[in-house]
Parts: sequence; C-alpha cells; structure tokens
Amino acid sequence: MFAFCADPKSIEGLSWLMCYLTTGKHFDFYWSFVTVLTLLAITAPVALSFGFVGAMAARSQFLPARIIGKGYTAMVRGVPDIVFFLFFVIALDQGLEWLNHQIRCPEWTEPIRQGLEFRVCPEAKVPLGSAPQAVHQAYGFALAVVTFALVFGAFAANVLYGAMQAVPRAQLETAEAYGMSHRQVFRRILVPQMWVYALPGLSNLWMILIKATPLLFLLGVQDIVYWSRELGGSKTSAYEYPHGDWRLYYFLFLLVFYLSFTRLSEVVLARISAKLSRGQATAAGEAMRKAGA
Amino acid sequence: MSCWQTINDYAFRSLGYGERLLPRTDFTLCQQFTLIGSGLIWNIYFGLFALITGFFLANAIALAKSAQNPWFRKPAEWFIFVFRGSPLFIQFFLAYEALQILPKTGINLFGITVETAWTTKAWAGALFVLFLNTAAYSAEIFHGALRSIPKGDLEAADAYGITGWARFRRIQWPTMMRLAWPAYTNEAIFLFHSTTLVYFSGFPAFQQRGDALYYANYFADKTFNPFVPYPIVAVYFIVLTLILIWVFGIMNRRLNRHLPSNMVSRIRLRPQLIR
Repeated sequence: MFAFCADPKSIEGLSWLMCYLTTGKHFDFYWSFVTVLTLLAITAPVALSFGFVGAMAARSQFLPARIIGKGYTAMVRGVPDIVFFLFFVIALDQGLEWLNHQIRCPEWTEPIRQGLEFRVCPEAKVPLGSAPQAVHQAYGFALAVVTFALVFGAFAANVLYGAMQAVPRAQLETAEAYGMSHRQVFRRILVPQMWVYALPGLSNLWMILIKATPLLFLLGVQDIVYWSRELGGSKTSAYEYPHGDWRLYYFLFLLVFYLSFTRLSEVVLARISAKLSRGQATAAGEAMRKAGA
Repeated sequence: MSCWQTINDYAFRSLGYGERLLPRTDFTLCQQFTLIGSGLIWNIYFGLFALITGFFLANAIALAKSAQNPWFRKPAEWFIFVFRGSPLFIQFFLAYEALQILPKTGINLFGITVETAWTTKAWAGALFVLFLNTAAYSAEIFHGALRSIPKGDLEAADAYGITGWARFRRIQWPTMMRLAWPAYTNEAIFLFHSTTLVYFSGFPAFQQRGDALYYANYFADKTFNPFVPYPIVAVYFIVLTLILIWVFGIMNRRLNRHLPSNMVSRIRLRPQLIR
C-alpha cells in the first residue's frame, strides 16, 4: 500500500501498524463488512415480503393457504433458529441439485442417494464443478441470503399477522360501509394503518437480524468472524507481519462494531416510530397531539 | 446391533460414558435419536444453571438500574447495553479468547495456586457467558416490570406504613415477578435455544462430547442427509419448550393466585430469538 511497507521486518511502531492494517488480507477483512451489510440490505426487504405473504396467507379465507401461512409462522417458535440455518443450507442445495438432475439427466438410472453419498450427474451440479471460485462464493452467499430470508420471513409473518389483527375493527367496518370491496379495504385501510402496530415488532426483528449476521460464518461464508479468526491467529516469523495471538482484539473490534450498529439502529428506529405515530389513534399519537396543542 | 444395545452404548456418550467411538457407517435412526438425545443433556445443563444463577444477578441489576445513585445505575445500564447489543456468538468467541489468555499454570494468589485451565472448557466458560447474557436480558425485563408496578400498590404500602426492605420484599418484588413472568418465560425458552450455539463458537467439544446440535451436525455431515438429524433436534426442542411452558405456567398461576381470574396475565409465546 505505502512505499515504506516494502520491507515490513525493518519498520516498527506506528508505521508498522499502518502497514499491517493495510495488507491485502486486511482489505479482504474490510470488504467482509460490506458483505455483512449487503446481506442485511438484501435480507431485510426479502424477509419482509416473505412475512407479508405469510401473514396474508395466514388470514386468508381459503383453508389450504391458511394452513400453509399458519404453519410457516409456527415453524420458528419451538425450535432454535440455528437448526434452521444449518438445515436449510444443505436442504436447499440438495433440492436445487435434485431438480436440476431431473431436468438435465432424465436417462440417469443410478439412485441419487447411494449409501452415504448424494450423487447427481455432473451437469446437474450447482454451481458446475468447472465454475470459477467467485461463482462458488456468490452461490454460497445467495444460499445464505435465502436461508436468512426464509427464517426471518417467518418471524416477520408473526409480527405482521399480529399487526393486521390490531388495526381497529371499526376502521375496516367503516370502509365496508362506504362500499369498498375486500381488496380495497385491505389495500387502502388495513395496510396503511398496520405499520404503526408492526413497527415495535419489526424494529425488534431488525435488531435480532443484525445480531444473527455472525451466523454467516457457520454457513461457510467468509464473513467478518471468519477473517477475525484468520487474521488474529498468531503468526510466526515465517509471515511478513509476525505477531502473537491477537484474536481477542479482533473480536473486541467486532463487539464495538455490533454495539455501535445496534445503538445507531435504535436511534433511527425511535425517530421512525415517532413519525409514524403522528395522527394515529394510539397512546403515542395522542401524547403528540396534546404536546402540539 | 439392537436399539437397546445402542442406548446402552450412547445414552451418556456426551458425558464421556459408554462407547468411545461415534458410529461411522450404517447410521440407524436409533443411533441418531440416542446420540442427539444424549447431547440434549448439555443443553439442559447450560440452560438450567444459567437460568437459575442468572435470575439472581438479573434481580440485582434490575434494582441497580432503577437506583437513583448513578454509581449503581450507570454500570447496570452499560452491562445491559453491552450484552443485549452484541451477538451472543461474538460474546462466546470473545470470552473464549479472553479466557485463553489466562496463564496456563494457574494464578498465584497469596501463596495458593488457582487453577485456570478449567475456565476454557465449555462447561464453565460457556456457562459463564450464558449466565451474564441471560442476566442482562432478564434484568431489562425485570426493570420494565419494576417500573410498571401500579402506583396504587405503592401508595397503599405507604399508607400502611410499610417501608424499606419490607416494602420491597412484600409489595414490590412479588408484583415485579408477576408482571415480568410472561416475558421471562419467553426469555427462558430462548435461553435454552441459544445453548445450541455453544459448540459452534470458540469452545471445542472435548473428545466429541457435544450438545444436541453438535451430534446432529455430525450426522448431517457424515450422511449428507439433513432431513433426519435436524428434525430430530427440532422434535427434542419442541418437547423441551413445552415442558418449560408447563413449568413456568405453574409458577405463573402461583404468582397470580390472589387475583380475580379475569386479571391474570397469560403467558404468550412471542418470537424474540437469537442474541
């Protein structure tokens, strides 16, 4: 990075630290923060839409849809979510390969599960064995995103279902009295009003989502936990920058990162909540009205 | 090999008794059920002891947080903020690395050598982290309950001349427990769920003595078939959750026994997972 970093063995003190923190591996480490933020940015809206569909299904008039919706929301209640994380990644991977196998290799006669192996034809591998490393990484990341979205979608469905139930009945009945159809009541009355009820649950969920991101490490993505372990481990003099076991400091840094991230989220969510409460027939909205008058 | 034989061999494998080698080929359903159930002992151990010890610390911290004196209040607020604001996963890693730094030979305190090697073992180190973590979450719940004690109750206590410790023990504390109990039930459930993280963070499973998820992961890795071991873990945890809800429900009824039946607060399971 810097010119004086050419021979790291000869420098020391602050310039050593500067050189140390700007090695290629460290840039990979900094990039992995972007990975985590990307995961959050993609997962949050996807999980929200999964949750929305789930909540709609759970209150549908149509029995099978209701069963699926309720089953989806009940899924996460009794079982540790890490079980789902470990399960879905393999299950999705094998499901994709199985589907691909059925399409591409219809003449393949051997069973797919042979004893302890899961074997599909080479053309059905996802991603292909010959694909470059970047594709494999992107695929792993995509699997992680889908897994996170599925699990957090179930949480979000729980929250949104509760919020939809919390909208005062009188509002919906008034809309019906004006001659709105079911669909119109849903779109014009129910959905705009439910957010204020959903927000406390959703902000809680957002915090939980932030705190679940280190689990990416378990899903095999090279995330911040992976790099902290990698870089912090003690390096002998065979390395350019030998040092002792510094994993403690790297993890302390992660701790600070997460603490400031959750703190920032708290502040922002409090503002959104105040904004949404304006003019609502809730205790918070009433307090604002009185303060204003 | 009959299933009875398997149970004999592996029922206490997670504690180091019975057969030493884990099954390697021809995995039977019976083996998976037995070993994963054996691992569940650790989940119950972590959950139960963290819950009991954490309960006392949580009470102390909740009181400290509602104290007027900033010397009590500020540390309590920071403690709660640090443990609730960061992922449990990172806390495990951090604790493991910090405990590793302790000198291996023990610390010499006034001529007595205090052993330190045991602190890096999961049974002690992870339990300690879970203890602090659940204390922080429960303290926040208790603090909230303490603040929502009806004003009338306290005024009634004043009117009867009940003050100080007696007021706390006979009026405030029981009401706080009663109000906090439904939320505390959820906290207990999710504490048990988060015990599955122990062997996936820094703490190694010594001689393959792990928890339920550790063995499930072992089977899934060996058989490439996630559709058997993970549902088994799920079944075990659903049963564990139901038992917890039942036990906490009994306590909830006791806490609410003086109230008319329409005012009793019911326990509702709310999703609030992972820390």
